[in-house]
Order: sequence, then structure tokens, then C-alpha cells
Amino acid sequence: MTGAGASTGLVGFARALRHGGVACGPERVHAFVAAVDHLDVARREDVYWAGRLTLCGEPDDLPRYDVAFQAWFGGVPPVPPGRRARQGSHLAALGGGTVRRDRAVSAVKVAASEVEVLRRKDIASLSPAEKRHLDELLAVLEPVPPTRRALRRTPARRGAIDPRRTLRDMLATGEPTRPRRRRRATRARKVVLLVDVSGSMKPYADALLRFAHVVARRMPVEVCTLGTRLTRVTRQLRHRDPEQALRAAARAVPDHEGGTRLGETLKVFLDRWGQRGAARGAVVVICSDGWERGDPALLADQVRRLARLAHKVVWVNPHAGHDGYRPVQSGIVAALPHLDRLLAGHSLDTLQELLEEVRLA
Amino acid sequence: MTPEELAAELDRVGYLPDRGIATAAYLAWRMHRPLFCEGEPGTGKTSLAVALARALDLPLIRLQCHEGIDATQALYDWDFPRQLLHLRALEAAGPVDADQAEASLYTRRFLLARPLLQALEDAPCVLLVDEVDRADDEFEAFLLEVLGENSVTIPELGRVTAETPPLVVLTSNRTREVHDALKRRCLYHWLEHPDLAREVAILRRRLPGVTERLAHQVASAVRRLRDLDLLKPPGVAESLDWAEALLTLGRTELDADTAATTLGAVLKYREDAQRALSSGVLGAASGSTIGG
Repeated sequence: MTGAGASTGLVGFARALRHGGVACGPERVHAFVAAVDHLDVARREDVYWAGRLTLCGEPDDLPRYDVAFQAWFGGVPPVPPGRRARQGSHLAALGGGTVRRDRAVSAVKVAASEVEVLRRKDIASLSPAEKRHLDELLAVLEPVPPTRRALRRTPARRGAIDPRRTLRDMLATGEPTRPRRRRRATRARKVVLLVDVSGSMKPYADALLRFAHVVARRMPVEVCTLGTRLTRVTRQLRHRDPEQALRAAARAVPDHEGGTRLGETLKVFLDRWGQRGAARGAVVVICSDGWERGDPALLADQVRRLARLAHKVVWVNPHAGHDGYRPVQSGIVAALPHLDRLLAGHSLDTLQELLEEVRLA
Repeated sequence: MTPEELAAELDRVGYLPDRGIATAAYLAWRMHRPLFCEGEPGTGKTSLAVALARALDLPLIRLQCHEGIDATQALYDWDFPRQLLHLRALEAAGPVDADQAEASLYTRRFLLARPLLQALEDAPCVLLVDEVDRADDEFEAFLLEVLGENSVTIPELGRVTAETPPLVVLTSNRTREVHDALKRRCLYHWLEHPDLAREVAILRRRLPGVTERLAHQVASAVRRLRDLDLLKPPGVAESLDWAEALLTLGRTELDADTAATTLGAVLKYREDAQRALSSGVLGAASGSTIGG
């Protein structure tokens, strides 16, 4: 058994570790003390491994743990930090050639009716009248949520035989009966929209939020705005009336037309909502031009983290619809290896394409 | 038993653990906590469970996870065809009382134990839950319940509880973030590729025909390949394959030509092979001098 003094020391170390950024709750600390009990508290190496095995929960914790261990127990950690594994390099194969251009080609053939033109027109170049028209067209979009297989099976006309129901039927009647069938049910998959409202996105932010409102009316959606800070506007967008919803959202967002710190705001999103479940298994759509003022490496880390949590990550960049677009902005370059899809989203047509992409995700 | 003794037992069955792995396995065993192993593919996560079963002389029960896996595949299922036959047999024998017939259908006789139930029934044993990152969120919650209580309730039969909890090893390739609730109940170990000396020792242990010199050449060439930022860096399994391929060809030395012709044993992508050949890393293998 360890003495009371020793276990106080261990708890103190765990607290120091928590300050160092490792999320070790009481349950883990308890396991740590119990683990040392099974080993030799007088041996540094044993204490090192007992702590590392119980207090850490992911590879990122390990270097922090080594630093904290060194600070608390002195000297070098018994095991030098090994070579950190490289991750995600195989994802880098996804290049910039994913932007769809077939629509642009077919546009030539189309009779130039007013709506058809509006559908393809860049939202940034619309006149006020056209903009009002666009708002109407946005309102009649019919988004369909993506689905995932549910864990349960439900009775169905076709599918695998449901032995339990069939057997119960036979027991009830005493006669061979028609086999009952069942199949996997489907459930709506969560969708998360992250809309960049910084200065460079000004021509598109309003239309994108309006789009978010339409989507939020039809499926389970979480909407946040990105900029210099993160604001969750899901609640504001629940208003039935689009004008009221957008006014409420605008009031909630303090950093309209400010700068962009995508990496940091994305990290806040993941820490506060994403990791806890909002992004888990969801289809995440990031609407941003990728002009990153912060550290692109941080953004890359966060997008990678998001990609691991989410089912699909789609980046919508209004500039991607323009001729001669190359994904060269620091933000896009950092994020690109971890994305499932890069879409345009600068016109009504491309937004509809986005809906289709989300539905099939 | 101490961690050192467990390490010696693992060594005896052909698995050379480092200090971290031995301590992790020892604590998992003594504290009755599942061991959650993460790391690059090929660092020996799955083989650890296999080796533990052999070292501790316990049966190994394996649950391979995949997308959409559910309770009937992991826990138990009813043997429907046999139930039907049984019902037929009862009917043939004479008039059947429906309640009695039903009661006789839902007995242990017609229950198919899938890995988790089997592990609880056969405990003590080693339960390997392989590639848990491939299963769905819901399945994690379900695992949590079974592993947390070491028991399951079958509505028709009652509760099955393991007297000694099985030694559980969960592995993940980190293709997806596993829920913190599950991790919190486990010991967590991140496995690195072994260092050079250990990898040489593993090669020599598993392939007795390999000379110290060849093992050293293969291990150091593989280490250099791992630094190349390949699509699929080679793991220990690939080192073993490579050394075995060289043995089969009767080679006693790894030179650039031999390396180039046998590269398929180590690298599984054309791009990787091209990168390895053009980087000159393999040429270095022939020129490398080793001490001892």
C-alpha cells in the first residue's frame, strides 16, 4: 500500500498535469493511484508508466505528460519521447481538382430565361432586385437530410427474415406462416454549417446565412459563424420568419466583417461543441474563402481533428466557382488534405449542388 | 507476478515487449481494466493480445469490429433453424402446449454465444476487441455497458456474469476518435514502432534462421523507410515478411539489388516503392557497416 503522503503527491501531480492541458478527470486520477498501488511507488519508471497509462487518453497528451512528469518529479522522464507518428499523409492525395465544372459547361446550352441566369450568377454581383429574387428562390429550396443506418432493424416488406417475429407468429397459430422480414432503419444524420462572416466573405455571408436558415428549417442542423470568434446561431435561426431569424443572428454575431482566425475559431468549435457530439458522425460544411490570418498549421490540425470526428467534411469556397481559381490561400492549402470535397457555393445553382452533396454524404 | 515476470512470459511465447507494453499489460491484468491500444498499423497491437493469451495460458476470444456491427453479432443470437426443428419435433410427438413450447425454445440450448457472451462465460480469458474505431458510436456505448459490468442480461434467460473479468485488449488504428467515456474506463497505451535493437531481437526471435547481420540490415533499412513519409510506412510484420523472403531466396545479405527485387514484401504501394528506390535509402543498406 502507498502511504497517505505518497498518494497526495500523486494527486498533486495529476492536478499539475491538468494545468498542462491533459484532460484527466477524477476517474483517471483514481485509476492512477490504484495503478501505483500495484507497482512500486519508489521506482520512478513505475510511477511514470502508471501515470501515462491511466492519465493520458490520446497521442497528443503524451508529450505534455512527459513535460509535466519532468517538472514534477525532476530529471528526465524514464523513457525519452519517441518519434511521434506521422498522420494523415495519405490524405494529401486529394488535390484541388474536385471542383465541379460540368454545370458551367452545360450553362452555354441553356436558354437564357431570367431565373436560369440568376441561378448561375455570382451572388456577389447581384443587383438589389435580383437579390430579393434570390431570397425567394432560396426559400423554396427543399433540402433533404443525409441518412445513416440506424442500429435497430424495423419490420419491412422486404429484407432479411426476422426470425423472432416469424417464430412468434408460428407459436401463436401453430402453423407455418409467411416469414416476417426486417431491415435496417435509417436515421437523419446531423449536419453542421460553419459560416465565415469575416470582411472578405461580406458579399456572400448574408446569402449563406439565409441558406442556413432554409436548411435549418428542414433538418437537424447546428449553425455557427466563424470570424475572429465563434458564435452559435442555431437558436436564432429557428425563427420561422427568415427576416426575423437573420436579424436575430446578426445581433448575436459581434464580429461581422472582421478578420479571420479560422484555426482558433474552429478549435473553439471543436472544444466546446464538436468533440462532445455536434460534429461526431455529422456532415460538416465549412463556408469560407480560406483567407487565414492566423497560423495555418493550427488550422490544419483542427481540420484534421474535425475530419476524424465527422462523417464528411465539405468546404464551400465562393471563389472556387470563379475561372482560374487555384486553392492557394494559406487556409485552404492547410485544410485541403483533410477535406472530402471542395465545392463552389457562389451561386444558387452551386448551393443546390451543395445540398445534393450533403444529401448523399 | 511483477511486470518483469510478465515480460519474461511474453518473451517466452515470442513477443518482445518494451517496458511500457509490459507495464500496460500487467496493470490491465491486475486492475481488471480493459487495455486500449492505439498506434500506427504494424506496431503489434493485435499480436499483443494473442501473445498475452499464450503467455498467461488463457483462451483467446476475438471480436473483429466493423461498420454496422450490432449486439446479435457481438453478444448472442438465437439459433433460429434449430428452434424451428425443435418445434416441429414437438408437434410431431403430439399436441403441444404453446407456453411450454415457447419456454423450451428460449433456453441455453438454442443460444448462440457470440464473442462477448462467450468471453463472459469462458472467463478467465483474453478478449480481443479488434479495430474498435471501425464500429459505430452506438456500439461503443454498448461495449461500455458490457465491459463496465462484466455481465449481460438476456431477457429470456437472465443475467450472465463473469466471475473473473476477462483480460480485455481493445485496439484502434485511430481512423476515428473513440468516445472519451470508453477511453476513461480503460488503460491507454500508444504503441510506437520498436527501436532498432528490439526490432533486430524480434526478427531473430521469430525467424531463427536469420543472422544477426541480416536482421540488423533489414531492421535498419525498414527504419529508414519509415522516415520517408510513405503512404503506408512498414510495420514489424513487414520487417518479418522481408526477412523471411530473403531467407527463402537464400540471401544472407541485403544489398541494393536484392532490396529492389524483394521490395514488394515491405511496401504495398507503387508510389511508395518508387519513392524508396529514388530516395537512395536502399542503396545505403548495402553500404552500411555494422558493428558486431
